[in-house]
Order: sequence, then structure tokens, then C-alpha cells
Amino acid sequence: MTTVTKEAGAPVPAGAGAFLSVRDLHVSFRTEDGVVGAVDGLSFDLERGKTLGIVGESGSGKSVTNLTVLGLHNPMFTTVEGEILLEGQELTTARESELERIRGNKVAMIFQDPLTALSPYYTVGRQIAEPYMKHRGASRKAAWERTVEMLGKVGIPHPRERAKDYPHQFSGGMRQRAMIAMALVCDPDLLIADEPTTALDVTVQAQILDLLKDLQQDTGSAIIFITHDLGVIADMADDIMVMYAGNAVERGTVDEVLRSPRHPYTWGLLNSMPRLDSDPATPLAPIPGAPPSLLNPPSGCRFHPRCTFQDRVGGGRCVDERPLLAPDRASACHLTADQKRTIFVEEIKPRLG
Amino acid sequence: MTQEDVVLPAPREAEGRSEAEAGEREPLLVVEGLTKHFPVKGGFPIRRTVGQVQAVDGIDLTVAVGESFGLVGESGCGKSTTGRLITRLLEPTGGKVSYRGQDISHASRRELAPIRSEIQMIFQDPYSSLNPRQTVGKIISGPMEINGIEPEGGREKRVRELLEIVGLNPEHFNRFPHEFSGGQRQRIGVARALALEPKLIVADEPVSALDVSIQAQVVNLLQQVQRELDIAFLFIAHDLAVVRHFSQRVAVMYLGKIIEVGDRTSIYTRPRHPYTHALLSAVPEVAVGEDSAPQRERIRLAGDVPSPISPPSGCRFRTRCWKAAEKCAAEEPPLVRISGNHEGHLTACHFPEEPTTEARDEDIVLDPALAALEDGGEG
Repeated sequence: MTTVTKEAGAPVPAGAGAFLSVRDLHVSFRTEDGVVGAVDGLSFDLERGKTLGIVGESGSGKSVTNLTVLGLHNPMFTTVEGEILLEGQELTTARESELERIRGNKVAMIFQDPLTALSPYYTVGRQIAEPYMKHRGASRKAAWERTVEMLGKVGIPHPRERAKDYPHQFSGGMRQRAMIAMALVCDPDLLIADEPTTALDVTVQAQILDLLKDLQQDTGSAIIFITHDLGVIADMADDIMVMYAGNAVERGTVDEVLRSPRHPYTWGLLNSMPRLDSDPATPLAPIPGAPPSLLNPPSGCRFHPRCTFQDRVGGGRCVDERPLLAPDRASACHLTADQKRTIFVEEIKPRLG
Repeated sequence: MTQEDVVLPAPREAEGRSEAEAGEREPLLVVEGLTKHFPVKGGFPIRRTVGQVQAVDGIDLTVAVGESFGLVGESGCGKSTTGRLITRLLEPTGGKVSYRGQDISHASRRELAPIRSEIQMIFQDPYSSLNPRQTVGKIISGPMEINGIEPEGGREKRVRELLEIVGLNPEHFNRFPHEFSGGQRQRIGVARALALEPKLIVADEPVSALDVSIQAQVVNLLQQVQRELDIAFLFIAHDLAVVRHFSQRVAVMYLGKIIEVGDRTSIYTRPRHPYTHALLSAVPEVAVGEDSAPQRERIRLAGDVPSPISPPSGCRFRTRCWKAAEKCAAEEPPLVRISGNHEGHLTACHFPEEPTTEARDEDIVLDPALAALEDGGEG
């Protein structure tokens, strides 16, 4: 067996262009009740070394998008349309064997719940070593050394001994560290982290987030970070995409989206969250209603049944016409740019204290 | 800071009343030295007790009439157990729970019955806390039925009223829980808790299972209920921002002990316990629009919370604390008012921190992996 080595941690030159490009992605599932349009016309680009944060509530399609990138959906019931290009390679039509070469190698994933994502049957070390042996053709011994190195890097004390433990012998934070070690063992170019800290305590979450940031500096991989927590996104991401009911509704850099958000849904999210420095006497301003069922999504703008600003657009455009999301900094809303700016400055920002 | 600075061991009974925000209201619930140890069984073939999980270990707290008292801490700190002890879903191993002066810590079912109608609970998971085989009407009228209460105009009318209070359609009383979304189910749970016009509601993570936009709706509902019906709340949550928003007084728990308690402003802007500092600094925050906000301190602890089966001696936080000294292992710090603290702000620490949350000259990074990566990056 030959050991194929790649220089570990060689930083990728910045500005290498769109490394992952998703174009007009549609994903729908056939269920007993009908067809669920989980993702409906989504496009985005991601460059190397950058972090894209995807925010949205449950059912907004943020996880489905990323499962589709990795081809982890069940092809029996799923229809995928559009393009997913990873370094120019089309993934939606790729064969299973090609996807297998990519998964865990070029693209790795960190899941929300490490206890269900790790197998209880194998030792942690073996699970980390497996992708390294498969993708790099490393020997058992070399893979074990690599495993111990990775466990040490993510902060597991006594990595040589702990590699022989089973997942249940690890605490929650350590399991998530082991997952990160597993995801990074082959130096992936793209790391998809789906709510990686939601199940963790806040002090442990802070450790894991900083660890991911520091490791990214080290390895230069791109990260897609999925979460429902705007605070976590503000901490982690370079760019943000806000999703609602299968659509991207706003996109921009962290500063742009959080300092001058332009979509009523983003305003609603910001106004719903108490912060450590907000005035407790100001009541929260929640978004009325609940997210729609994707079996039967609303016409026009999918947010219109919950939007308090639709009367300012007029002409029933919100109900009839779907607002499109332009590339770069944009928000999918029929309000004019001036209206968005004035509403945020005069009505939304004062509430944020 | 030296021992001389640690003065004024606050008498227990003064704790609740002296609160500025709680005013002069009488205490509704007084908890003293509350302890719950769960036995750990092991061995074969005869299973015997091999250890004790010290879930709650001697906590004192007072909730005044109409006040919202917040309990924060990470998983395993005993905050939920405390809630269950107060509602007497569990029987304490030691200590005392008094409700309006009556000791209920070991009260029998019969003695508890009248008090149970005044202390209600809202649970975390709106999916498992409602019986799927009962209609909403039956669920909400259940407490009235058990207590033999026949409100004016009948139970159905009262159920419709309650549904209206919590913002649900009163016509939906014949529906089943599965027909509602998570946020609506949590509203049903609130309506059930309100059915008996309670004086105290123990809310155990009432919003943590909900989406952000729905969370705000339920928080507002609870706040409205608390103010308009003058109900006291014991609000248990791990989300520091939500607790701050909802509670006038806050206690921070760590491994079965209250390590710091005080009014909201003291705890969030003038914390003294290192753990409170670490907890606050770990909250990811969105800076909206403002550039002028002062930088917050950055503290990254190492590892996870130790097991409550054999907690560290002395101060329980010492194994993760950057200030730990010999004294911390030998002597358990008492929960006292430290000089410089406002009245009612108690801290259990031998070496308290400065009362500020602003950035320090040097970040505290105890996590070895982080420290290694960050040193490497700089050097």
C-alpha cells in the first residue's frame, strides 16, 4: 500500500475564484401528502478560505441544500434540478462512485448531534482513521498516527489513549471535537458544518467556534456554516445568506446584513432576539404567524403572509409576483431600496436599543 | 482581593426582601439548603448504591410575589432538578421548601393538593408534555377536573377564555395536539398552567425548543401573563439573553450550587464570579449598527463541566478556573455579599473578579488546543 501524502495545512492562495457554485437549485421530496419543495431556486458562490453562514429557521431548506451538495439525499424520493459545481465538477449528475471519492475527502461534514453521527460500535480512533485510509490509501499505522495527531490538534487530552475509546466514553464537547477531527483528517477544501454547536453548552460552544476559526486559518478550507443563531453567524461567517421557506431572501457580507439588513424577515429575526445589552423594558417584536408548510407554499413572496410591510408595496405585487434575489449584496423584497433603508433606520433600529 | 474584602454574610431571610426591584413584596417561595442526591446503582448480581449524583447541593433562594426569578446554568448544573423539587415532582434529600410559610418539602399527596393548584409548571418539550390522545379542551380543563373546580359558565367557557388569553383560536378546543405547531403547543401548555389561576409558575426551558421568531412570541406571552395576572415565575433556561429579558433577579448555577445571585443589572454588568464572567463572555452576540459598544472580554474555558458524581472539593468551579489556588480546594467559598456589590448581589468566590465585562488587556484562553493554535498563529 502506498501512502499518498499531500502537504498538510498548505494554505490555499486567496482569491482563487468561486470554488463552489450553486446555480438555481431546486430540491423537492415526494411524500405521502404531496410534493414538498424544500429548496426553490437557490444560487450562491463560495470562495476558498471563506465562510458562508446560512441562517434560517427549521424547514427553511438550509440543511437540505447542503445534504444535496454531498449527495446525501435519498434519490428514490428526491428530485434535484439546477447545478452544483465544485471546482467545475457537476455534482447533481455525478455517479455515486464519484461522490464517494469526494465525500470525506474534498468535502467533509460536521453534523449537529455527534452522538448519532458517530457509530457506537467502533472506537473513535478507528472512525477517524477510516476515511484517511480509504481516500489516501494510508497504511493502518500511518492512519493511526494521523488520527492521534488530529485528536491532539482539536484538543482531546491524551489523544493516544483516548483514540481507543468509544463515543459514549466522550463528553458532548469532546465528541464534537472528535467529529471535527474526523472531518478534517483528509484536509478537505470544503467543510459543511450543520448546526455544529446547537447541542452544546454555551462555554463549550465558544471553545468549538474558536477552534473551527483557528483551524480554518491553519488549513485555508472553505466553510459553509448552517445555524439558526444570528449571534453565532456574526461570530463565524464572512458572508451571510438568510433563508426562508426554501428561498434565499437576503445575502451580503456579515457587516452588510447585520448592520443594515434590508429584508423584513431579517428585521423580524433581529427584533425577536433579546441581546445581552438590549433594554429589558422593550418588549420583543416577534414575526407574527408561523412558517408556511412547503407542501403548499404561499404565492408570490413566500414571506408575504407574515410580512407587516406588504401594504407599502401596493398593487398586490407581494401576493402575485415572486421577488428575485440579485447576485452579491441583495434582498428579495419588493420594497424599494429607499424604503428599505428608511424603514430600517426609523422603525427597526430604534427597537434594537 | 483578600479575605478582608469579603464581608457581610447576608442572612438568608433578608435575601428576597432587600431586593430593590422586587420592592417590599412578601416572599412567596423560600428555599433553604435544598439538596437532592440521586443514588447511582451498580454491581452484579446484587445492585447496590455505589455513588451519589449531587444534582442539587444546598441552594437557597427566595421568590417574591409577582416576581420573575431566573435560574441559568449549563446542562447538568441542577437547574431543572431544582424546578422539579420546588413543584415537588421530586422529594428533596435535604433542606426545606416553604410556600407561603408552609413547609412542603416532605408534604404528603393530600397536604400538597391545595398547593399544587397554586404552583404550576410549563415544560420544555411541547411535543411530549401534551397527551396526544386528549383534545386541547380536555388537556386544559384537566387541572380543573382534578381539583373539582366548576368555574362560572362551565369549564368549556373557561377553556375558551384561556385559549383566547394565550392567543389561540377558542374554536380549536376540540382539536388534538398534533394539529398544532410547536409554538402553538407551547401556548396550550401555558393555558393549562393558567387554568387554576396559579401564584407561581415554574417554567423549565419554556422556549428553547422553539424557532427564534416563535420564541419571541412565547416570551412576550409569558411576560404579559406575568404582569397582568401578577404571577411569580421561576424561569429556568440556559439562554442568558432570554433570562435577562424575562427575569428581574437571576441566579447562576454550577454543579448543583448557586455561585452568584443578584438583580439583573448586577449579574449582567457587574459580575464577580469567574464562572459568570466566562458564561457571559461565551454568549455569541450580534452587534447591530453600533460601533461604539465596548469590546467584551474573551474567556475560553477548557473542557466540559465535571461529573456531579464526584464534584471537586471546595469551590466546584476551581478545576476550570484561572484564579484557583490552594484555598479554593480546601475551603468552600460561602455565598456572601462582597464589598463593592449592590445589596442582594451575592457571590461565592474566594478571589472575585473586577465588576466589569469589558475586554481585558489579555484574553483568558485555557483551552489547550486553542492556545496552541493561537500561539502558533502569532509566532
